[in-house]
Amino acid sequence: MTQASTATLIGWPRKLRVLFNVHYAEMMEFRAEIALWAVATMLPLIMMGVWAQAGESGLFPITRVQVFRYFIVVYLIRQVTIVWTIHHFEFLVVTGRLSPMLLHPIDPCIRFILMHLGEQLTRLPFAAAIVGLFLFLYPETITGGPEGTLWWPGLQNILLAIVACYTAFILRFFMQYALCMAAFWHERVAAMDAILFLPYMFFSGLIFPFQALPDPLREILLWTPFPYMVWFPATLIVHGEAPILRGFLIMFGWTAAFFILYRYLWHKGLKHYSAMGA
Amino acid sequence: MPRYFNILRIFWSASISAEMEYRLNFIMAALSSVMTLAGTVLMLFLFYRTGYEMGGWPWRDALVVVGIFTFLEGTQSAFMTPNRTRVTEHVREGTLDFILLKPVNSQFWLSVRSISLWGVPNILMGLAIVAYALITRETLPHLAGVLLGCIALLLAVLILYSLGYLLSTISIWYIKLYNITMAMQALVETGRYPITAYPAAYQVFFTFVLPVAFMTTVPAQLMTARGGAGWLLGAAVVAALLLMLSIAFWRFALRYYTSASS
Repeated sequence: MTQASTATLIGWPRKLRVLFNVHYAEMMEFRAEIALWAVATMLPLIMMGVWAQAGESGLFPITRVQVFRYFIVVYLIRQVTIVWTIHHFEFLVVTGRLSPMLLHPIDPCIRFILMHLGEQLTRLPFAAAIVGLFLFLYPETITGGPEGTLWWPGLQNILLAIVACYTAFILRFFMQYALCMAAFWHERVAAMDAILFLPYMFFSGLIFPFQALPDPLREILLWTPFPYMVWFPATLIVHGEAPILRGFLIMFGWTAAFFILYRYLWHKGLKHYSAMGA
Repeated sequence: MPRYFNILRIFWSASISAEMEYRLNFIMAALSSVMTLAGTVLMLFLFYRTGYEMGGWPWRDALVVVGIFTFLEGTQSAFMTPNRTRVTEHVREGTLDFILLKPVNSQFWLSVRSISLWGVPNILMGLAIVAYALITRETLPHLAGVLLGCIALLLAVLILYSLGYLLSTISIWYIKLYNITMAMQALVETGRYPITAYPAAYQVFFTFVLPVAFMTTVPAQLMTARGGAGWLLGAAVVAALLLMLSIAFWRFALRYYTSASS
């Protein structure tokens, strides 16, 4: 390794930190709007209401307290796995503003990921306030365990869940980013993502716990990437009964597949890119 | 009055011809409507396959609620969403000036300027589900009930419109709240299921703070003969109040409008 390349290698953490700070500051400008996103992603908390009532009936393999725990965790996971890069990317390609980014020595993709992280950090306090409100309304989420013990998922589960959560974010990011590449050929890719959002919404565990599914359907869905974006990390915290090894393997497999697809389409797309419109 | 109808006709035929330029998008919107509806019905099935009845609503009556929600979703994306986003744009770019100078009521102009065909599949499917659920019910609903339900549905459209317009009016002061109607949209999702399927705290919030209960549960209640006419009266009061509030708030907000860069 030459001296110069060693220097750049050492410079990486600093560069990333600076870029992160820039994007965090930029996102703080939009904090009012980002706060609204914390509200706009409350679907799991709405579904929590329906499932809590259903859980009370005793007809489902999940109790009221488990429902509260599951959906509050799902809401938090949703907060760190929201990906919106396609709207931004479509704008950059259609207006040709991607061009200056291509001249930077850093791949634009790294910037986009840091933008998301900055946005997440901006949104987190608002999301925490919303979670606080629901914990205040339903304190049994914490105290509803057997013999009044307080809810504590265990350090190992929490650490695993955090790893799973950020892997989920990267998986979801590259799934959308691979689709973004279509922007080099087609003008309105964000509309395509709206279609891809539907299986994500219905099959990720965002609106129902997987226990409620008939077994064959659940088995099939567990091979798709969707449950690993929400259900898998959530289950690691809530029951700790998730198939850990298999889960992570499937997750990494899909992430790698989308990453390779993106790299392939990226190289093809850049050749097609005319810097102004597609 | 005839002048306003004439304007409406011109606006809508212009919007439709513009929309026809993007036929592929329409197909995708239709596809996404079908998939959403299929997902919603599957979701409902997950509850009912165990014999659970959501808030005491049998399967077909709950389907009526789903149908009404789908209809409202379609109405909203056909008539309301395309106009809502423009209010913010006009304020930001200062082009609201031109609209205020026109010899037409500005709220009318801003509320009906464009329509989108994207909502049409949802409107049709919503109505079809309501009709299917009502016809295949064990006891056929009374005609009077269905008619009252339709009136409640019109009131629901008014409530939805007024709430949306109230929120877009805020953009006179805060352009950065561009997505505020999206946040409301997320909360309105509650209306996909009967209000009694939710815990007490939710019921209070979605009846008295954000009147979602009046949008889907009340029309469905009347159609399936499970609610008194008192609820219809309630819906009428809520709709009238919100409409008047949206008009008054818009007039109030305009006093603070200082053209571009405000």
